[in-house]
Amino acid sequence: MLEVRNLSKSFGGLKAVTDATLDVAEGSIVGLLGPNGAGKTTCFTMIAGFTKPDEGSVRFKGQDITGLAPHRICALGMIRTFQIVQPFAGLTVQENIAVGAYLHHHNRHEAMSVARDVGKRLGMGGMLDRPASSLTIAGRKRLELARALATGAKLLLLDEVMAGLIPSEISEIVGIIRQIRDEGHTFLMIEHVMQAVMSLAETAYVLNQGKMIAHGPPRELVRDPSVVEAYLGHGAATRLQEAHHA
Amino acid sequence: MKSQSIGQIALAAAAVAYLIGVYFASSPVWMGFTINALVIAVIAMSWNITGGFGGLSSFGHAALFGTGAYASAVLQVNYGVSAWIGFAAGILAGAAMGAFIGALAFRYGLRGSYFALVTLAFAEVLRICASSFAFTGGGSGLQLKLAPGLANLQFADRTVVYTALLVVVAAVMALTALIKYSRFGAYLIAVRENEDAARALGIDTYRIKVQAMAISGAFGGLAGVLYLQLWLFIDSTVVYGSGISIEALIGPIIGGAGTVWGPLLGTLGLHLLGEGAKHLLPNAPGLNFVLYAVVLICALRFLPQGLVGLAGKIGASKKKKESGDA
Ligand SMILES: Nc1ncnc2c1ncn2[C@@H]1O[C@H](COP(=O)(O)OP(=O)(O)OP(=O)(O)O)[C@@H](O)[C@H]1O
Ligand SMILES: [Mg+2]
Repeated sequence: MLEVRNLSKSFGGLKAVTDATLDVAEGSIVGLLGPNGAGKTTCFTMIAGFTKPDEGSVRFKGQDITGLAPHRICALGMIRTFQIVQPFAGLTVQENIAVGAYLHHHNRHEAMSVARDVGKRLGMGGMLDRPASSLTIAGRKRLELARALATGAKLLLLDEVMAGLIPSEISEIVGIIRQIRDEGHTFLMIEHVMQAVMSLAETAYVLNQGKMIAHGPPRELVRDPSVVEAYLGHGAATRLQEAHHA
Repeated sequence: MKSQSIGQIALAAAAVAYLIGVYFASSPVWMGFTINALVIAVIAMSWNITGGFGGLSSFGHAALFGTGAYASAVLQVNYGVSAWIGFAAGILAGAAMGAFIGALAFRYGLRGSYFALVTLAFAEVLRICASSFAFTGGGSGLQLKLAPGLANLQFADRTVVYTALLVVVAAVMALTALIKYSRFGAYLIAVRENEDAARALGIDTYRIKVQAMAISGAFGGLAGVLYLQLWLFIDSTVVYGSGISIEALIGPIIGGAGTVWGPLLGTLGLHLLGEGAKHLLPNAPGLNFVLYAVVLICALRFLPQGLVGLAGKIGASKKKKESGDA
């Protein structure tokens, strides 16, 4: 469904992403992992059209969408959420979701009713009339997801929707994402919460210092020495191994 | 969707009562004063579309006002075109000018104070142009021939003028309400609240902003044409002057930017205040502008949502109050 080939992006002298390649099959949940500053969000901004890659290409449903404007990419059915949540603070929760729903429902009544349905499906039924600015962080993360879903997009790029949540909230959102996938959606998700990645993603890619260093099933990745070292520093893998044997 | 609070209904009712009361005041001064305020209310409603709903604060709405007034005046004076066609042309010219300024400013990603400065610059350049060219009457402006009659959109009877203006104001407010509760309005508000999120959700933010400028331009052009038909005379220092630009933004900010009633309430309130001050201290010309400045500063500091927002806190339904706290 999504084919990303050899994406690169530098900011001034800093190579944020170098030669990143990844694939997302329709109906799957794919993780994108990596330590802080690895270039994960930068990958998303390039895939979703917010920044033009210096090199490389992005194909969505077989169509080359490299450098297309975000709103066109969204209309084709792919949408990103933001790591730093971006609610429309002055609007209610339902109105926020309706902004997404307006993409394919031009009439206010319809858009608001789609928004209500989506909100309820994500367990936000009780807060539809509250201003978005009054939501807790968990509520805001959920609102990001709800708004994205309301656009009717089939491929959702989620940027750390579980960051800052407590375990019970995480397991709730894991359940919601699984349910949405079963209804026919595809996910590419940046996530630091390993427990969530393990239980949701069939495959994951690991980015470190802008380069893809590994990909495969998450269970195998956590045992991959190069991945462990990316997170814990050079030599960490062998030290862990020794500690394990001792 | 959202129910109005008792305070907001009372505020709107007070404005309507005042506007009806003017008919019975049997004072030509009151009516003349309110007629002026209503013309200004229309340019305030024009500003409200971009500045209120879209968060695109212009400091040069005189560019739209003046363009509407001059387009109609030039056609009528130089080409003998009928006032009705001039009326329509003024609205169209305002819309075209709005779209042009918007297309240029937003193409280069201008926002915030940069956008405000560019609109101000446009108004100034247009003012200088209008005072230099012969076909715009140069420094002496343009004068319409006095010829009362429906065909010329001139009315000798002040009550007729007043009634016509009330109809226009009601129509512009109805259009504003339509916009507010439409897809376009939701997109415009989304652009104001968070442009990146809006883009992600499939909104062509450039197009929405330019369209908003065009609509605002149409309302602004309309206000200019109303001014022309009322005074039968325009000159560049007034219709392209910064006084108009300031009046365009101050009413909505005080009344409640991004609301349907805000521009009317703010403009009426300010003009009443200014008029009252004039009567109390008749020897202090320009006092009303000092007062406006003080009120504006207080509104920005204490009334972020203007009068409408303040009234919204009075007698709000419980559900709304809960959500309004945050
Ligand atoms: N617009 C920008 N201008 C300059 N540098 C940037 C910009 N965006 C990102 N960077 C830099 O690029 C690198 C990758 O950033 P990115 O946000 O993609 O990392 P990330 O993997 O999402 O990290 P995190 O887990 O902290 O969210 C960082 O060093 C960051 O400082
Ligand atoms: Mg990130």
